[in-house]
Amino acid sequence: MIEYLTTDRHALYVVAAYGATAAILGWLVWTTLAANARARREMQDAEQRRKR
Amino acid sequence: MSIWRYANPAEFMRITDPLVAPLWGAAAVLLAVGLWWSVALTPDDYQQGSTVKILFIHVPAAMLAINTYAVMAVASGVGLIRRHHVSFLVAKAAAPVGAAFTAIALITGAVWGQPMWGTWWVWDARLTAVLIMFFFYLGYMALWAAVEEPEKAADLSAVLCLVGVVFAFLSRYAVNFWATLHQGASLSVAEGQRVDDAFRTPLYLMIVAFYLFFVAILLVRARTEIRARRARSLRLQEARA
Repeated sequence: MIEYLTTDRHALYVVAAYGATAAILGWLVWTTLAANARARREMQDAEQRRKR
Repeated sequence: MSIWRYANPAEFMRITDPLVAPLWGAAAVLLAVGLWWSVALTPDDYQQGSTVKILFIHVPAAMLAINTYAVMAVASGVGLIRRHHVSFLVAKAAAPVGAAFTAIALITGAVWGQPMWGTWWVWDARLTAVLIMFFFYLGYMALWAAVEEPEKAADLSAVLCLVGVVFAFLSRYAVNFWATLHQGASLSVAEGQRVDDAFRTPLYLMIVAFYLFFVAILLVRARTEIRARRARSLRLQEARA
């Protein structure tokens, strides 16, 4: 890996492409799971209040 | 039995609940294997060198950028015609996913283009159509966020989505209509095999992995939208009581 990064003239382009993809998909998964947890909590709270 | 029963939010939640975890798992495994194969096991291309490895993420992302828009358009059309809330919510849930794939396709394409074409960007028909489609994704999400009344937001954003279909279509077929710098389809049933086996197998693997990831994240986002809508409805009932 280190050899590839130091010797291949296109290594920076490949790493940049994979890095940008990982960052975007990571952000997408993180925001999706966070929003899902928030919506689940809000719905449970609202249903409990209604039952009371 | 009518397929429209699946448009019932409770039914949708019941059916999709057992699917989410296996889809995440399958997507994670295939992505891990696909990435390892693409990065570590494929040889450099004789012309592109190691930049050929960028295409293992660029091609699936570009396919999903266009196909996610198609999913949104179908869901929006069904929502407008049949007045099913779940259809509107599926379209809304798909938009950030499609925008993310479009951004990945544009960025990885530019990063590949610089060493191969000698430029980050050209106003080529396909690239321009994809960029405009990206703006439609952003506009669609902005419209949903800007209109407070959910029914009105759903209708207006569905119409905007249907207007943008022309750019999703051009993103796919521009290379057939005009002579573009962007090459034509590499994977084509009609044209036969145009990609060497060494690259084709990991590329197919990455495409399947991206599609599984798309379905998994779309289901989670659609379920989130349904829950948020239910919570809003309960809050409104509470406020009225």
